[in-house]
Amino acid sequence: MSGRIGGPAASAGPGPETPGGRADGHASPGGRADDYKERLQAFTGRELSPLRLGPDPVNLPMIRHWVEAMEDGNPVHLDEAAARAAGRPGVVAPASMVQAWTMPGYAARRSQRTGAYGELLTLLEEGGYTSVVATDSEFEFHRELVPGDRVGVEEVVESISPEKTTALGAGRFVTTLKTYRDGGGEVVAVQRWRILWFDPARRPGGGPDGEGPREQPGQGGKEPAEASAGEPGAEARRDGGPGALRPRPALNRDNAFWFEAARGHRLVIQRCTGCKALRHPPGPCCPRCGSFDWDTAEASGRGHVYSYVVNHHPRHPAFEFPLVVALVELAEGIRLVTGLTGLAPEAVEIGMPVVLDWIDPDPDLSLPVFRPAGQEEH
Amino acid sequence: MTRRDRPGPLSGAAAIAGIGATEFSKDSGRSELRLACEAVLAAVADAGLEPSDVDGLVTFTADTNSEIHVARSTGIGELRFFSRVGYGGGAACGTVQQAALAVAAGVADVVVCYRAFNERSGVRYGLGQADRPADTGADGAAYSWITPFGLSTPAQWVAMFARRYMHEYGATSEDFGRVAVVDRKHAAVNPAAWFHGRPITLADHQASRWIAEPLRLLDCCQESDGGQALVVVSAERARDLPHPPAVVRAAAQGSGVDQHMMTSYYRPSITGIPELGLVGRELYAQSGLGPDDVGAAVLYDHFTPLVLPQLEELGFCARGEARHFIADGHLELGGRLPCNTHGGQLGEAYLHGMNGIAEAVRLVRGTSVNQPAAPGDVIVTAGTGVPTSGLILGPDR
Repeated sequence: MSGRIGGPAASAGPGPETPGGRADGHASPGGRADDYKERLQAFTGRELSPLRLGPDPVNLPMIRHWVEAMEDGNPVHLDEAAARAAGRPGVVAPASMVQAWTMPGYAARRSQRTGAYGELLTLLEEGGYTSVVATDSEFEFHRELVPGDRVGVEEVVESISPEKTTALGAGRFVTTLKTYRDGGGEVVAVQRWRILWFDPARRPGGGPDGEGPREQPGQGGKEPAEASAGEPGAEARRDGGPGALRPRPALNRDNAFWFEAARGHRLVIQRCTGCKALRHPPGPCCPRCGSFDWDTAEASGRGHVYSYVVNHHPRHPAFEFPLVVALVELAEGIRLVTGLTGLAPEAVEIGMPVVLDWIDPDPDLSLPVFRPAGQEEH
Repeated sequence: MTRRDRPGPLSGAAAIAGIGATEFSKDSGRSELRLACEAVLAAVADAGLEPSDVDGLVTFTADTNSEIHVARSTGIGELRFFSRVGYGGGAACGTVQQAALAVAAGVADVVVCYRAFNERSGVRYGLGQADRPADTGADGAAYSWITPFGLSTPAQWVAMFARRYMHEYGATSEDFGRVAVVDRKHAAVNPAAWFHGRPITLADHQASRWIAEPLRLLDCCQESDGGQALVVVSAERARDLPHPPAVVRAAAQGSGVDQHMMTSYYRPSITGIPELGLVGRELYAQSGLGPDDVGAAVLYDHFTPLVLPQLEELGFCARGEARHFIADGHLELGGRLPCNTHGGQLGEAYLHGMNGIAEAVRLVRGTSVNQPAAPGDVIVTAGTGVPTSGLILGPDR
């Protein structure tokens, strides 16, 4: 099980802002950076906080508050009989609550500027990274917690990224690994936790890029020369939380007809009017007979999975992960890269028959996807 | 493209006389132009020449360092020949072909091929096309058929081929993993490699996380900052320079029928690499050599699964048999075809294949850190999944 959080809203980082410019010598012409990067990278692999047990053991009142707030109706968290019927020895805590058992409380957190953790915060402030937004939280749960368990957590720095230009401002992604252990020292869960520390004063173009990436002016397909920190906004969009738009098709005079038909939920195939050959992806001229004249044929909507992938990284915010993308061979003989709906990644098989379905990710974009043949339309 | 009884006119006409590179890193701290200049000057010095001797430059269309900037910064004067090759890593061996053609035709005497980028600390190709700016030209519009569905990165594009290859030939994730293990084994003893001293086991590979199933993290090559340059002169002139010449026995490009950029999914079969098969046939025809004459290989390894069909396309084993060829240890130093002795792009650095050409030069010179006894002629390939290129380099004879 894994989950991620994210949101465009940035909160002020702990502690006052430190005046003074960037300590990072990134892109200083002709020379290497000063030792800021080295001091930062020295934190890689370092323990930020040693194992620290949470203030209270796992207990029913806190579980009750949690499931109410989260609107989690699963009875195994509160009802002994239901829990036993589900194969548990008794009630179990919600898995994603593991972090809650270790939280020291708000008052304690405000004064937490000691040890390696405090050193890292000070160093980030020195670089101008005074604000923070959480971008990723991936959990692996090893066992369920039951009332009476003590839970502690230790945190180690996994990586600190080079400076990235994001829509929120220049920043660095700090990834830590939090290991949760019970009173006996056994691992109960592992969390990979990623936070963007950023400098809100160094925001590209003066404002967050809330629109889709394709709204930017074209650059003739060439990489920006000496783009030392990637495309402005790319990272923030990538981790930008809900509401992100799918990558836009780049419409031109050769392909617009297909996406126009898709907006009307019609899957069409370009057909040469000279020799009747079908072709996809479309093009202006028939490679078989040389004719520039074409029309379209309606696809039957039947096909089979010719190949497929299950994407895990990187995670574009417009999609749910793991994401299945399939190469579907239509009954008409052409192939199409498309999405699969209505089945889990592990259920996909090459050769399985599929039928056409439609998704409307946003008002301007409709796309054909496929679902297993024989499954009810949703 | 029938096999010739004797080599074609390009074969043996030119040689690589100098190689030079920057360090390979994740954050060079320097401009891409500076990396290019450092690599070019190192290669020219290695060839025993002066910048003023250079009269030709070739690079990738993807490179940001135009010939004019490199020339004026390094003291290269007049340029009689300059050319670019497209299609990302598919360009690598094509730059040497351009240089060899120019030298053979007498339009230039000393041509330097180069590639330099901050690919890790700058624009990372591995992040894919999803968030690149719109471009409605034919190349940009081609992404419309994939990125709206979430198929946006090179790893994802290759995964589609890999899954079908597994289905048709019974290959497994472990078969892909063995490519990574042998590369990392070679890199482990190469001080210039990013993964120097860090070999991996097949178990490490199997434990690495999914990136795009069936590709795991350790199936994907690293991303790197750095520069690499190669000096091409006539074979005759190379004999007067300090190092033993790496003679260009053959240099070929290839683009297949219904070719796309990394997504040639619409051909009758997608388990082979037809454009590389074309390059292989052309290399053998130009050189008068065959697979049995080749003693070592540098195979483009941006992702492990596409190394397997390369072995098949180049005639080292039958279709679908590459997994057995690899499992039998033939890519190891003592094997039939020692491969990626520098560690490949998985182990040494991702320099768009140019560092692999430099390794082939070292193999011919006899100076690789993993030097097989007498490799003889060495085959090199460039980016797979794209219009590509290849070389056969060999000792002077």
